[in-house]
Amino acid sequence: MIHLLIYKAVICVAVFLLALGVAAYATLWERKFAAFLQDRKGPNRAGKWGLLQPLADGGKMFMKEEIIPNVSNRSLFILGPSLFMVTAVMTSAVIPWGKPLMFHGKLYDLQITDINIGVIYLLGVVSIGVYGIMIGGWASNNKFALLGAVRASSQMISYEIAMGIALIALIISSGGSLSLKDIIEGQDKGVCNFVWQPLGFLIFFICALAETNRAPFDLPECETELVGGYHTEYSSMKLGLFLFAEYINMFISSAIMAGFYFGGYNFPFAHELYEAFGWAEGSFAISLFGFGVYFIKIFLFICLFMWIRWTLPRFRYDQLMNLGWKTLLPLSLFNLALTVVVEYFRGTIHF
Amino acid sequence: MLGLTITQWLFGILSFLAIMFALMVVFTRNPVNSVLYLVLTFFCIAGHYILLNAQFLAVVHIVVYAGAIMVLFLFIIMLMNLNPDAEPRKHIVTRIIAGVIGGVLLFVMVGALKGAEQLQIVQGGPSQIGLVKNLGKVLFSEFLFPFEIASILLLAALVGAIMIGKRDTNTNDKDIINQ
Amino acid sequence: MSTASSPLDYLPILLMFIVALGFVVTTMVASHWLGPKRKTKIKLDSFECGIESEGNARMPFAIKYFLVAIIFVLFDIEVIFMYPWAVNFKELGMFGVIEVFTFIILLLVGFYYMLSKKALKWEE
Repeated sequence: MIHLLIYKAVICVAVFLLALGVAAYATLWERKFAAFLQDRKGPNRAGKWGLLQPLADGGKMFMKEEIIPNVSNRSLFILGPSLFMVTAVMTSAVIPWGKPLMFHGKLYDLQITDINIGVIYLLGVVSIGVYGIMIGGWASNNKFALLGAVRASSQMISYEIAMGIALIALIISSGGSLSLKDIIEGQDKGVCNFVWQPLGFLIFFICALAETNRAPFDLPECETELVGGYHTEYSSMKLGLFLFAEYINMFISSAIMAGFYFGGYNFPFAHELYEAFGWAEGSFAISLFGFGVYFIKIFLFICLFMWIRWTLPRFRYDQLMNLGWKTLLPLSLFNLALTVVVEYFRGTIHF
Repeated sequence: MLGLTITQWLFGILSFLAIMFALMVVFTRNPVNSVLYLVLTFFCIAGHYILLNAQFLAVVHIVVYAGAIMVLFLFIIMLMNLNPDAEPRKHIVTRIIAGVIGGVLLFVMVGALKGAEQLQIVQGGPSQIGLVKNLGKVLFSEFLFPFEIASILLLAALVGAIMIGKRDTNTNDKDIINQ
Repeated sequence: MSTASSPLDYLPILLMFIVALGFVVTTMVASHWLGPKRKTKIKLDSFECGIESEGNARMPFAIKYFLVAIIFVLFDIEVIFMYPWAVNFKELGMFGVIEVFTFIILLLVGFYYMLSKKALKWEE
């Protein structure tokens, strides 16, 4: 029991630090990427290639004055960003990061926990994420913040439905398990779920953009109309948590997409490659290699997120709502029907 | 530890927290705080479901109650005029009536709970009945009719909400923010 | 792969929650101690682009947002109902498909009604 607890605690902290590190360096990479797209240099003063920039930014956030407006609701004002950050981190709890690792004769999963309702757990944590923004925006008692919070929350709940239905289609074509580990292991043979769910992936990807409030869905913090949106009144590390959680969300949703639709740590001809190298099942090399492959996929997704942000203009609010309800919802139901037909021809069900 | 197992300890802690948060829902003055305490109560109840190994129920409790219905509540409370001067003063008669109705409800609840003492508590290892797979099998065979009826209920709710919601769109309130 | 599962699987989630909470509390407290404190009355006013703030943000809102929230609740329940079906897709076969699509079509009737009543029309 104690043994298990220590192992779980170690992996929790490791995953947490991973998410934190990736999010921190994603901020730098975003600026570098934007600079590349706009033919500039980007941050290059703090360390070589600006590599110390995230640390400098973090340090700056700590040193800033903490302002809690007089008219705000103090406790809820603090609760908002905390909740947003906690929910962002909690989504990482069910993602398997690599093949099980053999250590002192025992197999250890590189996953915090493998629960057999993992997919709905993700949906649940995402739906709780709305609270952070709503509470933060409302407690500020600022009109811009309130508008931003209302926009953000109605946008997030609108895209949750299409996302849920896209996931149902995914579960059907991946063999009917809600455990993330089973879904990723199911793609072990080299055929990823994207082959069966191209439309489902597109829907999920658009919804992921909307859920993370990334451009072109960044209306909640659209600076031309709403100053800073729901975090207008925030300063210091409370603002930092809001911004940071956004990057963690982006990292986790990239990980989820890479895992659900593109095989996670699996890749074509993986077993042949491992055999050629003579790596045994459960060896350190396989785990590390799989993790590396998974990370490359995640990195590509993060780049895609950024590419979209620095390319597309922002939606108008009515366009955003119409896309969510009148396009994506019917489309996801169509995708579900299509999946059923495809499964019929694959021989999963019969008349 | 007092002869209790870990499960019993967790059960005790969760029950205590659930009851405490439920009381806080009633006693806090700020309606937003009330909603948040209710969400915490739901989390404690979801914890109870997990202890019973009813995982699907636990997560549905979080997705539907905490993640959807409470968001709706919060929406409505946050977007109302909550200034102290706009708060309606309740007449003394209203208060008495509310007290009586609450008391009757409590009486009914206690009465209903009295019957529960005779229930046999099934002991044993964690039951697997609450897992999604087993639940789905029962839901789509034995409880097919209630399942389909539920969709009609949802349809009625949808139509009702639109009927009520669309009725007062032509009032031209200056104070109402549109987007 | 095993279907057997126990409440113990959820303990790590609690651990993760503690880790996340610990981080949040630490950063909050640290930034509270580290930052300067030079508060003035005007600085603590709510921000309205530099002009004096008028009233507060406790005001009624357009009904459309409530409608979106209500419709979301209904569709969310629908989605949740479909998960047990997706898990048992193979076992339930065509019968399950018919059941669920009846369920969906009934809700689509409501969806169609919603569109025809222009309940989600944002353009006005």
